[in-house]
Amino acid sequence: MQTVIDAHNVSKVYNADTIPVYAVNNVHLHLQKGEFTALVGPSGSGKTTLLNLIGGLDKPDSGHIIINGVDITTLSANELINFRLKNIGFVFQSFNLIPVLTAKENAEFILQLQKVHKQEREKRIEVLFKEIGLSDKLNERPSKLSGGQQQRVAVARALASRPQFVLADEPTANLDSGSASNLLDIMAQLNKEEGITFLFSTHDQRVIDRARRVITLVDGQIARDTAAVPVTHETIVSNEKP
Amino acid sequence: MWLIKLAWKNIWRNRSRTLITMAAIFFAVILSVLTSSLQDGVFDNLVKNMVSFYSGYMQVHKKGYWNEQILDNSFEASPRAEQQILANKNITGISPRLESFALASSADVTKGCLVVGISPEEENNITRLKEKVTEGSYLRDDDPGILLSEGLSKRLQLHLHDTIVLIGQGYHGATAAGKYPIKGMVKFGSPDLNDKTLFMTLSSAQDLYGAYNMLTSYVIALNDNRNLQKTAASIRSGMGEQYEVMTWEEMMPDVVQHIRTDTASSRIIQGILYLLICFGIFGTLLMMMVERKFEMGMLVAIGMKKIKLILLLLIESVITVVSGCLLGIMAGVPVVWYLNRHPISLSGETADIYERFGFEPVFPASTEGVHFFTQGLIVLVIGLLLSLYPMIKVTRLKPVLAMKR
Repeated sequence: MQTVIDAHNVSKVYNADTIPVYAVNNVHLHLQKGEFTALVGPSGSGKTTLLNLIGGLDKPDSGHIIINGVDITTLSANELINFRLKNIGFVFQSFNLIPVLTAKENAEFILQLQKVHKQEREKRIEVLFKEIGLSDKLNERPSKLSGGQQQRVAVARALASRPQFVLADEPTANLDSGSASNLLDIMAQLNKEEGITFLFSTHDQRVIDRARRVITLVDGQIARDTAAVPVTHETIVSNEKP
Repeated sequence: MWLIKLAWKNIWRNRSRTLITMAAIFFAVILSVLTSSLQDGVFDNLVKNMVSFYSGYMQVHKKGYWNEQILDNSFEASPRAEQQILANKNITGISPRLESFALASSADVTKGCLVVGISPEEENNITRLKEKVTEGSYLRDDDPGILLSEGLSKRLQLHLHDTIVLIGQGYHGATAAGKYPIKGMVKFGSPDLNDKTLFMTLSSAQDLYGAYNMLTSYVIALNDNRNLQKTAASIRSGMGEQYEVMTWEEMMPDVVQHIRTDTASSRIIQGILYLLICFGIFGTLLMMMVERKFEMGMLVAIGMKKIKLILLLLIESVITVVSGCLLGIMAGVPVVWYLNRHPISLSGETADIYERFGFEPVFPASTEGVHFFTQGLIVLVIGLLLSLYPMIKVTRLKPVLAMKR
């Protein structure tokens, strides 16, 4: 099984000079290709911070995060942007589509950044929109789409670049149950049929119920992991040994 | 190309904001173009009044004449010197003059006046004196008559074809006296000239003052005022020590001073205008940054390089600012053209004050393209410099912080 994410001793501290608050405290995480994992925990437990660290949006104060063999903690800001573009798909809680672009253009945007040829772009977008069930909404602006449809477009955008994995921060938080269920169906299907790795941070029981692995964070530390073999620093180190 | 398309769409995402920014730039350009062309037009008009109407752009005198303007400081007319002056390619005309003062009398009134002996054809080529004839006709080369300025004719209560008597001191202390029929009336924009001037042919003046073949000045016309100093230096070196070559700026330092003072106050007004533009544009840029901060954070998060985001904002700024500037310039052209053809004309006490200082109380706008170009460019640079603010903000943007609600 191919390892996608390796996080070793990752910590993120706020107010380090006064009263240190550990948002993420010495976390070890090991995610393999094709996993469908939910990161859960109470508010302030460090879910979003950990997701941001894994996504290269923030830098840990200690530890290393290795994605596909690349230690992203050593990359410069510009290298990180480039790395995110090529390797990571993001789905945010509040959809975050560009309001002036159509659904198709929003999904295509990431491919424009990657300088993918027009024909190839068209092909990928057509397939993706078929998969998310929005082939008839290609030319609609986000304001004309429902919340659920917007989030599906956000998923299409995240997947358009064919990333190593998708990080989804509370993707169902702003959706009604029907839309949330529909979105989860699509993501589960993409995970099953195309082997796309998903890591969610969520409070939503519907997401937790669908996840094949659930990692519970409490006070910035992993309190529980339903993985067959609990991930510790020792298991990660032993996995790296030839 | 897609970046330009996105920039265009972004510009119109908030129509009001874009239109406010464009309007700020539009009005700024119109106002600054108007200020600048009115100021320049007024100065041009002033120089034209004071210089082209009478003094010419340059004059050649006998050395010392300017400090002591008496006939004894006149010089002998020299066709060779005239040819030498005319050989300069910047010079478009030369007119010999003999000027002095005399007492002008009608039946009941006597008044001091400036008697100007001219070569009618050459004088007209330089000062367009013929166009200022309002009654009667212009002088011929051998005309025994005179042209009287309107203000002076009113004071002396003289009319066309009346006779005027002149008495004064001639060359080397001789008595100058003569009577002349009034052949025409002339009107000057400059009230000072209008109230005291009288023209006769050069030969009549030389005869009146007993200064045969003598001149007090060569009045010189230029093709472009910008060549003034260069041409003056060239003539100076050619004429030799016994002559003085003076530019209109040297002859009328008060006009130069007035222009300088007025330019300085106009610059202050323009500075305030530019400051207002800055606030207008900056306000909309701040609004835009607040509105789009989250989105910018998201764009960087999903992999848009900051340099590309900066380029996107730059394209948006360039389109907005350039459009505002171009529209401002386009709207400014007919306004300036209209004010050139129909100058703002003062009346009442203000006009009297202007006239008392010897200025024509009209404000024509200058149609020189340089005003449109310069003011458009200044506003463009201000707009683009202010656009650096969002770009600097982007360089410091942290996606995680930007995306915090």
